[in-house]
Amino acid sequence: MGAKTLMIDGRQISAAEGVSVLAAAGEAGIKIPTLCHLDGVYDPGACRLCLVEIGGFTKLVPACTTHVAEGMEVLTNTGRLRQYRLMILELLFAERNHVCATCVSNGHCELQTLACESGMDHVRYEYRFPHWDIDITHERFGMDHNRCVLCTRCVRVCWHVEGAGTKNVAGRGRHSRIITDLNLPWGESDSCTSCGKCVQACPTGALFEKGATAGEMEHDRARLGFIVNAREKQQWIPPE
Amino acid sequence: MEAAMTLHDLQQIKERELAARKPLTLRCCMAAGCMAAASQRVLEGLEAAVTSAGLRDEVEVRRVGCLKLCCEGPLVQADPDDRLYVMVAPGDAPSIVAGLKSPQASLPQADMTAAFFARQHCIVLANSGRIDPERIEGYIAAEGYLALHEVLNEATPQDAVETMVRSGLRGRGGAGFPTGIKWGTVAKSAGVKKYVVCNADEGDPGAFMDRSVLESDPHSVLEGMAIAAYAVGADQGYIYVRAEYPLAIARLQIALKQARQIGVLGSGIFESPFHFNIDLRIGAGAFVCGEETALMMSVEGKRGTPRPRPPFPAESGLWGCPTLINNVETLANVSAIFRRGADWFAGIGTEKSKGTKVFALAGKIKKTGLIEVPMGTPLRTIVESMGGGAPDGRRIKAVQTGGPSGGCIPEQHLDTPVDYESLGRLGSIMGSGGMIVMDEGTNMVDVARFFMEFCMDESCGKCVPCRAGTVQMHHLLDKIVRRKATAQDLIRLEELCDMVKNTSLCGLGQTAPNPTLSTLRFFRSEYEALLHPDPYGPAGKTGAALFPEALEK
Amino acid sequence: MKPRLATVWLGGCSGCHMSFLDLDEHLLTLAEQVDIVFSPLMDVKHYPGGVDICLVEGAACNEDHVRMLHDIRSRTRVLVSFGDCAVTGNVPALRNQLGAANTEAVLQCAYIDHAQDRPTLPHMDGIVPRLLDRVVPVHELVPVEYFLPGCPPPAARIRLMLDHLLGAGPRPSGPDLKFG
Repeated sequence: MGAKTLMIDGRQISAAEGVSVLAAAGEAGIKIPTLCHLDGVYDPGACRLCLVEIGGFTKLVPACTTHVAEGMEVLTNTGRLRQYRLMILELLFAERNHVCATCVSNGHCELQTLACESGMDHVRYEYRFPHWDIDITHERFGMDHNRCVLCTRCVRVCWHVEGAGTKNVAGRGRHSRIITDLNLPWGESDSCTSCGKCVQACPTGALFEKGATAGEMEHDRARLGFIVNAREKQQWIPPE
Repeated sequence: MEAAMTLHDLQQIKERELAARKPLTLRCCMAAGCMAAASQRVLEGLEAAVTSAGLRDEVEVRRVGCLKLCCEGPLVQADPDDRLYVMVAPGDAPSIVAGLKSPQASLPQADMTAAFFARQHCIVLANSGRIDPERIEGYIAAEGYLALHEVLNEATPQDAVETMVRSGLRGRGGAGFPTGIKWGTVAKSAGVKKYVVCNADEGDPGAFMDRSVLESDPHSVLEGMAIAAYAVGADQGYIYVRAEYPLAIARLQIALKQARQIGVLGSGIFESPFHFNIDLRIGAGAFVCGEETALMMSVEGKRGTPRPRPPFPAESGLWGCPTLINNVETLANVSAIFRRGADWFAGIGTEKSKGTKVFALAGKIKKTGLIEVPMGTPLRTIVESMGGGAPDGRRIKAVQTGGPSGGCIPEQHLDTPVDYESLGRLGSIMGSGGMIVMDEGTNMVDVARFFMEFCMDESCGKCVPCRAGTVQMHHLLDKIVRRKATAQDLIRLEELCDMVKNTSLCGLGQTAPNPTLSTLRFFRSEYEALLHPDPYGPAGKTGAALFPEALEK
Repeated sequence: MKPRLATVWLGGCSGCHMSFLDLDEHLLTLAEQVDIVFSPLMDVKHYPGGVDICLVEGAACNEDHVRMLHDIRSRTRVLVSFGDCAVTGNVPALRNQLGAANTEAVLQCAYIDHAQDRPTLPHMDGIVPRLLDRVVPVHELVPVEYFLPGCPPPAARIRLMLDHLLGAGPRPSGPDLKFG
């Protein structure tokens, strides 16, 4: 496998052929915001937060699904990109009911952190205040659709890391929602192995371990990294 | 398995069909529009009238596809002079039969010399309204499947691609990508298995071109697919047609069965080593499945959501194999191009937009229906000469092309020729061919809101800008229509249009702001007139912007 | 003349004001820097004119809040949405999820279904303000210059914001704008 040399934000960077711009930037310490990317599972390119500008292209491209190329010139943090990212975050906050104060993930939430980092001090769009249910039928876990950003990380870890295929997406547009099996209550699912990977993958407090109150739910992302690493590299290194 | 089809067999079918023809025909429109106006009963009435007049040996009552002047259906076209009876009632049948032998008729007829008919140039619709769409013999009698025979026997796949390139045909699904180039890319892509897909998921509000082609001349699409498959090296095709088109589906099923029976689909077509089969895939009502990557997901049996490109379907499509995806109308052009030559086709239309385009005329216009005109025909010719202008003496205000992805072209630009580039320059697109005419009574902000609501409801929900952005844009448009919005809201709307256009994952989101942007461009004053005065103006304008400095001692 | 500071308490739990009091000894410094002219911590009935800075705690939940906000806006140079309820609607806005006719349901639940003694709906024209159909953050009703999210914003962040407004520090950013 060859190496590619490219410029990211004016810095010369070399990256292995076939890796994504997101990964190459990350390796060089350049953080590109994302909500749907999760190491170890494929990238749907859905959240659009990692859009970058590439020299010679008029269209913005997602860093997660764009491979590095020789001589590529990538800009990850232009004024235009910052403005679009801020708007995407505002849209997410306005879309469902993200009440940080009462959320299990308060203080450990990727959406909340991204909002701080992007300077979002309020949301310019009218909150939609939709009505969404909470599924707490599972013995150990819960799903609060109010906090879901539809990143589908849970769906992808369930299918491609655990191999259970329990989680999926139903509905269209603003009515899209994560479902369990064929839209059963989670507690009645035959296929769920209760492995909890979906809970660890969730960027917000939408999936949580029961018994956690506001601010108590911290994701153990290292557990997923351990499994993926073991599978891909046959190295069984327990997380620190 | 029947013996392989040969050219001789094809010619025999044609000769038998022509020999069996009766001297006179009555062609009754049995496409969805006229059928909705009870043309089935007209057809039965004509059969009975022919029988009771004792003319069974002389007169054929033929079920045909669209006769184009949909607003005046049920339509019956009659020999000897192709006169077109309009708004036919079943009770009119005896008079129509009597008219076969008399020069003048008492029933209402369309003026066949009117621009609506005279300005049409039919390639895609050449068989529409002439042949029985449920009989392959009718299609063969109209030179059908000859082009396929010729390509398989006399051309290499490279030749076929070359012909398409020379013809200059561009995709009729909306974006206008050169078809020959697309064929060439799929042909060059490495892979033992390749697919050809016909996109028949026509979903734009007011558009019915593809439905009419499928209902009127399904074999032209099958033949186009078979030629495409030979050119790119595919052996399996899928037609992805929406479930809302039951008649088109039924006619496609009949056509496929007949094509397999006589061997123009299947293995060893025309004694060549070429194998090709086509299966139908019925869409479940999602507009986004007209987007090619979502369509492929749906064909594979998965949730129909788009994915980022590249990889393009030409390299990695259905089940990871190179896949050619063409629209119905694109494929319906193919057999004519091969039969009559690429140069003939390239001689029609404009420099960069070759051939003809089918449009579905709808909205505030006297004559609604289906037209096919050479590329480059001015919009004014279409809506004023052919469509007869707006009803009740009203003025045409704008023409909407391209459905929810397109824009509104105002009256002052009606002299624009219809081609991909000219429409693009006006912030609209050619689109698949829906053309909705608006008169002076139309509220353009309401039009923008309608299309935004459509996009909001049809967003698949995968990417955030489209899923959540259309909701907010629709809310802002609704606020403007309800006179609750301020100048700030209008700024916010324009910012969102720009963001959703530039950040959405697929074409649905990327083009969802177009109807809003184009009405803002040409009818901004209508938006502004609806704004509610803002008592405060934007924050910070109250003298507070410099406040920290002002407080400094 | 010292800048005139006001704080108001709309639909919120007063937690932001408690956090304000957590400024502790800095309150003494603040008292030297500004004149506090209106606040739930004082006994002043009417919002005065010529206010320079107003911290607004709470969302707009009833008709009084709306009237109040318009008064405040017209008499204040710099409005600060103070805390999550003012910035997002937060907990008071949870009832919005119940849909358009949520006010009756909410009153029924609070004053009848869960009343331990003499269940009665509060009503007295001109005294008890009517609830809005939809709880809204402050900036949906009037323009707002600064936003200080947090539930509540910790005293340190309140101090950063006040220092900035008084010309003695940068505008709070990053983690100092954390919601929740």
